[in-house]
Amino acid sequence: MISYFRYIGKYFLMLRQVFKRPQKRSVFWESIFREIEDLGINSIGIVAFISFFVGGVVVIQTALNLENPLTPRYLIGFASRESLILEFSPTLISIILAGKVGSYIASSIGTMRVTEQIDALEVMGINSLNYLVLPKIIANVFFYPFVIVISIFLGIIGGWVAGNITGLVSTSDYVNGVQWEFEPFHITYSLIKTAVFAFVIATIPSYHGFYVKGGAIEVGKASTRAVVWTSIVIIVLNYILTQMLLGK
Amino acid sequence: MIEVKDLYKEFDGVPVLKGISATFEKGKTSLVIGESGSGKTVFLKCMLGLLTPEKGDICYDGKNYGEMTGDEKRNLRKEIGMVFQGGALFDSSTVEENIIFPLKMFTDKPYNEMLERVNFVLQRVNLENVNDKYPAELSGGMQKRVAIARAIVMKPKYLFCDEPNSGLDPKTSIVIDNLIQEITDEYEIITIINSHDMNSVMEIGEKIIFLKDGIKEWEGTSDDIFKTDNKAITDFVYSSNLFKKVREAQLKESGS
Repeated sequence: MISYFRYIGKYFLMLRQVFKRPQKRSVFWESIFREIEDLGINSIGIVAFISFFVGGVVVIQTALNLENPLTPRYLIGFASRESLILEFSPTLISIILAGKVGSYIASSIGTMRVTEQIDALEVMGINSLNYLVLPKIIANVFFYPFVIVISIFLGIIGGWVAGNITGLVSTSDYVNGVQWEFEPFHITYSLIKTAVFAFVIATIPSYHGFYVKGGAIEVGKASTRAVVWTSIVIIVLNYILTQMLLGK
Repeated sequence: MIEVKDLYKEFDGVPVLKGISATFEKGKTSLVIGESGSGKTVFLKCMLGLLTPEKGDICYDGKNYGEMTGDEKRNLRKEIGMVFQGGALFDSSTVEENIIFPLKMFTDKPYNEMLERVNFVLQRVNLENVNDKYPAELSGGMQKRVAIARAIVMKPKYLFCDEPNSGLDPKTSIVIDNLIQEITDEYEIITIINSHDMNSVMEIGEKIIFLKDGIKEWEGTSDDIFKTDNKAITDFVYSSNLFKKVREAQLKESGS
């Protein structure tokens, strides 16, 4: 138990080093754009693919579970929209990104550690945590909300396509449902959650990668640990944020 | 000048360096030698500030490293070049990006000037047409030369090398040794090399410090090594058959 407190303390000490002023602005901006490409743009494909099909599955399952003929069919569109905005896109996509991006961050920083590349940065007089981690945090926190908006949009489109192909819901019913009782704050809630999860996805794997000791096997283990802990923290924070932002 | 006074370092209660003192002078190549596990790398890392010693002082030109502010330490590190055992090149960057990196970080020179400097240091280490290659595409010797080029690109006052010859064939090792020696003479820098390569000791060791079990067991020049009666260093130096034969021949020559 004490060791968990030690890890948490070390994580916050790491953040203190991360949030220092970057040593060279031009290099810092260059790093941010590189990270946006590596962590954000390169994730759009998988996010789009998953969102489109999950949107379709949500519509099919909702339609098949609405057995009562008196229940209006537009509720299918409504239910899909709500599940995509509130939970699927911000939380489940973040967990998927924790796997994809989290393992990439932990293994790339971990490899830099075991091959002395981080030592090389330190010897040059560079704050390695600030140089390596801060651009990842900024890229994630500012770019992932766009990814999640794309996910929500494609999920809704996927639902419409699936509803049409299967004949379970007409376009007009679906569109009505998607527009019905729309609460704009739910989008805000979704984006706030995404920004918090994006921070977690950037920092927890960085922590596991940065403090790895050993060789290739330890880097692999650190990468696995990073994904597991990032997912756990996302799930716990999801509960806390939902209670804070939506709870009465 | 770098002065190390009574350096003491331990890991989990196990002492690795037990009060080492040494001085390293400008324009000289000093070698720290010893068996694996003798504390050479820990000694070097303490000097570089990568490890914090429990006791002792490290003074760079009279200034105690332990008493320097964060900014002073960062400024000092800009004057340090380091060649790591494995090269420690940024493997997802090209050779040019690796070498230009310190210039981008610490200077405001126009890009063309930085590129000129990169090409100059690459020529200095006898490498050509490798700017766009990745470290993994180069041989071990070439990687070491790129690491040396990166270490000297900022015109350092101090050059540290951790086993620069490890994994290299004897011929390439001599090329690397000579290159380090030439650079030391040319730029009048303080060069400290960790090694257990006896060829390096003979080729470029102007000053040799022998570590054994975390203690400075012996200090002298490469000529002194052949004359010393210190058993620990003679056991280390003459552990290979080749050097045993050299020793026998020397003893015969001197008639003893």
